Amino acid sequence: MDAVTTAFGLVFQPYVLLVILLSAFYGLFVGAIPGLTATMATALLVPVTFFMPPVPAVAAIVTATAMAIFSGDIPAALLRMPGTPASAAYADEAYLMTRRGQAETALGAGLVFSVLGGIFGVLVLIAAAPALAEVALNFSSFEYFWLVMLGFSCAIFIAGRDPLKGIVSLLIGLLISVVGLENPAGAPRYTFGNAEMMGGIPLIPLMIGMFAVSEILRYAAVVAKPVMATERPFGNVFTGMWGLIRKYPMQLFRGSALGTAVGALPGAGADIAAWMAYATSKRFSKEPRKFGTGHVEGIVESGAANNSALGGAWIPALVFGIPGDSITAIAIGVLYLKGMNPGPTLFVNNPQNIYAVFIVFMLAQLLMLPLGWMAIKAAKRILRIPANLLMPLILLFCVVGSFAINNTLFGVSVMLIAGIVGFCMERWGFPVAPTILGVVLGTMLEEHFFSSLVKADGNFLVFFERPIAGTLGVLCLLIWLWPLARRLRTGPAR
Amino acid sequence: MRKVDRWVGAGLALLALAVLWSARAFPDVPGQKLGAAFLPMIVGVGLLLCGIALAVRSLKRGAYAETEGEAPPEVEEHFGSAVVIVGAVLAYILLSERIGFLLIAPPCLAVVFLALRVRWRTAVLAALGGTLLVHLAFYKLLRVPLPWGPLTPFY
Repeated sequence: MDAVTTAFGLVFQPYVLLVILLSAFYGLFVGAIPGLTATMATALLVPVTFFMPPVPAVAAIVTATAMAIFSGDIPAALLRMPGTPASAAYADEAYLMTRRGQAETALGAGLVFSVLGGIFGVLVLIAAAPALAEVALNFSSFEYFWLVMLGFSCAIFIAGRDPLKGIVSLLIGLLISVVGLENPAGAPRYTFGNAEMMGGIPLIPLMIGMFAVSEILRYAAVVAKPVMATERPFGNVFTGMWGLIRKYPMQLFRGSALGTAVGALPGAGADIAAWMAYATSKRFSKEPRKFGTGHVEGIVESGAANNSALGGAWIPALVFGIPGDSITAIAIGVLYLKGMNPGPTLFVNNPQNIYAVFIVFMLAQLLMLPLGWMAIKAAKRILRIPANLLMPLILLFCVVGSFAINNTLFGVSVMLIAGIVGFCMERWGFPVAPTILGVVLGTMLEEHFFSSLVKADGNFLVFFERPIAGTLGVLCLLIWLWPLARRLRTGPAR
Repeated sequence: MRKVDRWVGAGLALLALAVLWSARAFPDVPGQKLGAAFLPMIVGVGLLLCGIALAVRSLKRGAYAETEGEAPPEVEEHFGSAVVIVGAVLAYILLSERIGFLLIAPPCLAVVFLALRVRWRTAVLAALGGTLLVHLAFYKLLRVPLPWGPLTPFY
């Protein structure tokens, strides 16, 4: 109980509360501008959080991402351009509602069900994470090895459309993680005699490149001209929301539960949760024909799903150090920088910090209601800000931010190369998430794989001997064999 | 599938060969049969197989999908702007230590603004304002040691 009191003390300080408020505005703004994603918001925040104590640093990230995932709905409804990929699943639906004069309902449902779904995700996080951590304390290298493999498998087979390209992305990530001195033999690998490469490729500049610079390049290369769906001022967005909650309780629950679960799967985050929830909603709906014509039901379910995924994604991140999505991959980097190394021992040694994260999460969801309402009111003004004035400034921010991590230009070079690689990968249909997962988990995989192999001494069955390791191992094998089994059942593809 | 896949696949296979070639030299952990070469070897073999598979898949489907061609472009594309952006960041990397943040950032920014079709006057003003903003935020507030270059006497 002491830890909880300490945690409240850590959060309810003027400085931390101010950080939360500012990052909320920042997240709403970034999320509302098409082309600036929630992941980009997080990556850009890192250089700033670098100079903060652990709790406000994590608070800034948690708040900004929650807000950005919601406010991505705003341009989806007004311009048919999702502000973040997480809103893409129902952008058409929301836009059609706006065209039919139901902008208030579309945006209001986005806001209210985002908050409710978000709260659901946080509650699951609060309930599940400490319990899982207790189990995880007994984990050996075998369990960790299989957990990492499970993460890779989910990122490739569940989240991706083309498994072959997913595997390539993952291998490239692993190859990046191999650079440096950190390996079982302590030998320099692929450092090309460069002293800065000895420490490995710095994670934060890499992320800034992959998620922010690549977006700027994409913006520059592809010109799209959006059209505002409505010019009239908005009425009260909360009108009729209570009715929607009473009409669609099942959709709300299903979306939140699915979102939390998908979020907790490593490599799959809010955007995939939203697509899956939209599909589920249509499938189980009493009025599936109305989907795609400006019907609110799908927005209810997937709006709840994408925000609940945020809480879910933090479960494996905090307990195992395995990111649930790209955003938590960045957050894990920040946790390491702050000496809050994720893992079950964090729950034993530093419970007050964990509780502080939970409190911030809840606070962010509650803040979303009034601030989100303000963002909707200001939406048209935000959307009129010309993006070509913003992008160069963001680029300079990326450059200086990557420099600031170690105060060397090496970070800026890494950022630029990662930006070009990220841009090409997206163009050629390679998913970025498995790469990030490979980079973040490569060292962990090597360490646990290596010590497991030494322990096994040539007998591979040892990998399945412990009960949890065995279960996780079989689960991985099932995911790998599933596409094969499906092909055998339906005959050769195409 | 896409035509570009066969080139990407071939490139990946070449990269894989380089990885495998260089990994031979990595030392083992004393007393073990494995060592630093272990993971690079796995990655190398994986990349080689995937690269070949990607190229083969693209060639196989290409044989009868050739007439369909690439997907039609839905939007205008300006690769020139992206190249200018990369060039501006490169210039920053090469020159910032020598001539300092305050002198290199405005021209780099202005060039990027112009590449994104911002008007001349706005571009120059925004470049100066943006530089000042980032200088205040990062140098003054967060104390990031941005280089001063020849302006050091005014520091």
